[in-house]
Amino acid sequence: MKQKQFNRSACYKIISVIIIAILAFTFAFPLYWIIIGSFKTSAAINSTTPQWWPQEWVLDNYRKLFSRQVAALWEINIPFTNISLAGPDVPAAIRWLLNTVFMAVVAMLLTCITSAMAGYALAKKRFIGRTVVFSLIVCAMALPKQVILVPLLREMASLELYNTIWAVIFPIVGWPFGVFLMKQFSEGIPGEMMEAAKIDGANEWKTFYTIALPLIKPGIGALAIFTFINSWNDYFMQLIMLTSTKNLTISLGIAKLQAENATDFGLIMAGASLAAIPIIAIFLIFQKYFTKGITMGAVKG
Amino acid sequence: MAKNSGSSMSKALVRRETIAGYAFMLPSLLFFLGFVIYPMVQCVFTSFFDATMNREDIFIGFANYVELFQDKVFLGALKNTVIIVVVSVPVTCIFSLWVSSVIYDLAGPACSAFRCIFYLPVVTGSVAVAVVWKWMFNNYYGIFNYIGTSTGLIEKNINWLGDEKFALGCIILILLTTSVGQPIVLYVSALNNVDQSLVEAAEVDGATKFQCFWKIKWAQIMPTTLYILVITTINSFQCFALIQLLTSGGPNHSTDTIMYYIYYNAFKLYRYGYGNAMGVVLAIIIALLSAVQFKMTESK
Repeated sequence: MKQKQFNRSACYKIISVIIIAILAFTFAFPLYWIIIGSFKTSAAINSTTPQWWPQEWVLDNYRKLFSRQVAALWEINIPFTNISLAGPDVPAAIRWLLNTVFMAVVAMLLTCITSAMAGYALAKKRFIGRTVVFSLIVCAMALPKQVILVPLLREMASLELYNTIWAVIFPIVGWPFGVFLMKQFSEGIPGEMMEAAKIDGANEWKTFYTIALPLIKPGIGALAIFTFINSWNDYFMQLIMLTSTKNLTISLGIAKLQAENATDFGLIMAGASLAAIPIIAIFLIFQKYFTKGITMGAVKG
Repeated sequence: MAKNSGSSMSKALVRRETIAGYAFMLPSLLFFLGFVIYPMVQCVFTSFFDATMNREDIFIGFANYVELFQDKVFLGALKNTVIIVVVSVPVTCIFSLWVSSVIYDLAGPACSAFRCIFYLPVVTGSVAVAVVWKWMFNNYYGIFNYIGTSTGLIEKNINWLGDEKFALGCIILILLTTSVGQPIVLYVSALNNVDQSLVEAAEVDGATKFQCFWKIKWAQIMPTTLYILVITTINSFQCFALIQLLTSGGPNHSTDTIMYYIYYNAFKLYRYGYGNAMGVVLAIIIALLSAVQFKMTESK
């Protein structure tokens, strides 16, 4: 009896794994199709019979992508003057990639620094108004982020940040998920260690820096990779805030490309590869931290 | 005297903690209040105005809200959004629970490989995902029509995204592939954290695998289920990038969602006040739904 039951559940398991493997294949297929498509000839792409594996590999699509538009590699406006320093002209797609990396890295750094400090304070400091601040954070998190985009646009316009990369970065840093996550991590800091540091004469900042920070490092790692990937892919915000060609991010650039050349699928796939492959590589490298970030956020306080 | 000095000691301590607390909170609070709370307040405030570019806002009371509920396109968008939520939330939850329950006790590399693949569409980014699906659904060059006609499932090519009958279904399908990644990660980790001693005790008492699952594991992963329900609902309500890139709400408004209609009004017609009123209504609906889901799972 027991044996039979075991066989049946083993059977169920094997069949399920096979079905899931097939499903996993279909989930990976669009990505495969993007990458393969970017190397196909236009004849192969515009044929009604799809080539599952290209007969001929070409770089034409990438060549077309890189020769479409040019932009300066970088541009630095010196504050309070009209002077701006521009780098050499490069294909616009390279500039978009650079914009995206800059945006994601700065958003990540700012988010990690501010959230680590705030999360530590919320978890370990018994200050007046703590519960008010914390409930405000939880409530804000439950609301859809995108409904604030309309007022955000006007705010950025009045701050003269509209159509700059900062208009995308600042709202990402303000989003309180990071603070929430770091509070969860900081709860685990033992109070005795902080007391001991205080008795040794360490001030508030030193206690945070030498005691708390090393202990919440894994949490910061998780938050860093989570913020990086999310800001890379935050298309809606980028769409609304950035307009001029040189300021686009790679996602926006590809969306524009698609709007202008709706049926040149080879070109669009080359752009999509350029947008997707770096972020997928980063995801695969830091996968462990990323998973931790997602699961820690779910352990509700 | 002694009592007095004691209370002033603790007062000093409280003051010190408060100053230190806010000093640590300050950078984060600046961004949070400036770029989240202030726009939220503005959103509610502006929804009572007729606001557009290059002109002073005009106070019009509840007129935006009144117009909203007489706007046929908005009501259609609301209906589409509800359809998306009603279909995608249960399917996402059940599908990811099933996948996780099968893969969570596979050998380490196999489990993480599966988890990784199901997460890929999320990482790939909505734009790259949208453009490749647009190609796959294409009327002439898409693989869906090729597979369909060559296997005889469909008689002639279908213009999937350009046909009112299919467009919304296609969008939901794509949305599903981009939304199961996170729930699977969450469920796998929740199932790994289930108290094994309880499961073993039940097995000794002769419980079947199925009973083990429903009576013990299901109860223990309930908080995760609640969290997944809430985030999936919020994500489905916010479905925007796919719509904007694939159909722009068409054909004939058959794929308008609230989020897309907000974008359309605020950033194409520059009706900021009207867009904000929709945002407020959307926020209220999501808040109510989250509360209901919370109550339902709590009472179980």
